[in-house]
Amino acid sequence: MGFVINLAYFAAAVLFIIGLKQMASPVTARRGIIWAGVGMVVATLVTFVHPEIQGLTNYILIVLAIGLGGGLAWWSGKRVPMTDMPQMIALYNGMGGGAAAGIAAITLMQLKPGEMSLIVQSLAVLGGLIGAVAFSGSLIAFAKLQGIMKKTFRFGAQQAVNLGVFALTLLLGGWILASGGDVNVWVLLAFFVLALVFGVLMTLPIGGADMPVVISLYNALTGLAVGFKGFVLDNPAMMIAGIVVGAAGTLLTQLMAKAMNRPISNVLFSQFGAASEGQDAEVTGSMKEIEGADAAVMMAFAEKVIIIPGYGMAVAQAQHKIWELTQLLQERGVTVKFAIHPVAGRMPGHMNVLLAEAGVPYDIIYDLDEINNEFKTADVALVIGANDVVNPIARSNPESPIYGMPILNADYAKNVIVIKRGKGAGFSGIENHLFYADNTRMLYGDGQKAAAELISGIKEIG
Amino acid sequence: MIEGFVALYIFMLAAFTGYEVIAKVPVILHTPLMSGSNFVHGIVLVGTMVALGHAQTPTEQVIGFIAVVLGAGNAVGGYVVTERMLEMFKSSKGGR
Repeated sequence: MGFVINLAYFAAAVLFIIGLKQMASPVTARRGIIWAGVGMVVATLVTFVHPEIQGLTNYILIVLAIGLGGGLAWWSGKRVPMTDMPQMIALYNGMGGGAAAGIAAITLMQLKPGEMSLIVQSLAVLGGLIGAVAFSGSLIAFAKLQGIMKKTFRFGAQQAVNLGVFALTLLLGGWILASGGDVNVWVLLAFFVLALVFGVLMTLPIGGADMPVVISLYNALTGLAVGFKGFVLDNPAMMIAGIVVGAAGTLLTQLMAKAMNRPISNVLFSQFGAASEGQDAEVTGSMKEIEGADAAVMMAFAEKVIIIPGYGMAVAQAQHKIWELTQLLQERGVTVKFAIHPVAGRMPGHMNVLLAEAGVPYDIIYDLDEINNEFKTADVALVIGANDVVNPIARSNPESPIYGMPILNADYAKNVIVIKRGKGAGFSGIENHLFYADNTRMLYGDGQKAAAELISGIKEIG
Repeated sequence: MIEGFVALYIFMLAAFTGYEVIAKVPVILHTPLMSGSNFVHGIVLVGTMVALGHAQTPTEQVIGFIAVVLGAGNAVGGYVVTERMLEMFKSSKGGR
């Protein structure tokens, strides 16, 4: 039986790697997730005959728990709207972290003297710590993106407090190691509580704009925790899958942070919004409003229009209307291109997914490097629900917290139309100088409604 | 028991594999790929099953039960979400 189990785990590990590899290309991506899914089913099924699973009660509990957890996740995953995907990833990732922490708790509780080498025991403790942090941290990230928790909590000596909590957690971890095979339950409990608190404290001060990077980081951490648990449980499928995800997730986190031009340490330890206060005084000019019909005329008689979608488009579910607008413009002979900033929306690629859902073909969607030189020749740049990624202050003001972040040069276009819900500042809380520029007109309203106005405006021209 | 240097080799090779697999990914696939890797670490489910399987006290059974629920949520949720996201790439290519 051991041979069959090992063979199945080996097959699962291979399938995961092939699956991930295929997911890295748009052509084979769908096959990739199916392969990985087959690997998961094989590994799960074979685990039912694992010799370490004993007792009928435990079998029943396992089946019930899989049904409950899997059922809830299936139900929620199927019905969540596309725009809420980022927080669902955070949620499911947190669950994985929590599961790893649970394994750590049970292994350490059952530990008998001399059963586990110091190295393996430290992996158990470390995996538990990382898993618990990823669990509570991901839940906070979920709450923030879902809008359950709106504020960012910051207080004076926050970083000192965080450091203190972390040091205390490590100390307790050391205590668990020092007690060898006889771990005090209360020390164990305090260790996990502190680790959970640390995850919360660490995530609270991070602003929503940085959440994609944070979620990706927690994803990598959960992977690492799962890998460590694999070493503890002597389970090669978990080892390989966990470490592969840990490494891939770390790289993905770096790619995202690089796209925002912010080192990961900045995301985690700097106070994004707080730094921007008091620097907005120098905004000159005023925001100039425009009617939907006028904006429609402006676009209808343009030669080239570049559309810049942002999170606002996702919130308003305006991608279908935008595609309709695009088709109308194309029929009139207007060249329409989409410009996607690497961190537009809440996640890299978020906008691409939404536009793909609406049916916008790949070949009119461009990323930052490809299109930034074209704004000079564009008649209209239509900004829908994007803010910080078009803020020229990132080029001009070294004082600004977003200084140096590559932006889309929408302000170079002859005319800029900005569709925006209200007059407030963007997600980062930084005033956007583009909105005050002479060639900018503001079209206030919900993204979908504004796009509908533009469509009817263009249809009236005939 | 996989221990010592063999474990270290597995760790090293798996880390390089993960790095290589992601290294040349277009930006549009970042989110689906994060979701996909999120699904892959749902393999933690297997570990939680074993952990609950040798739980002896009610406390351990409660912790184990919660862990299996969470692990199953990670695996199933991760799959559903990734599949839905990648589904769109198909439809957009078809309409091209």
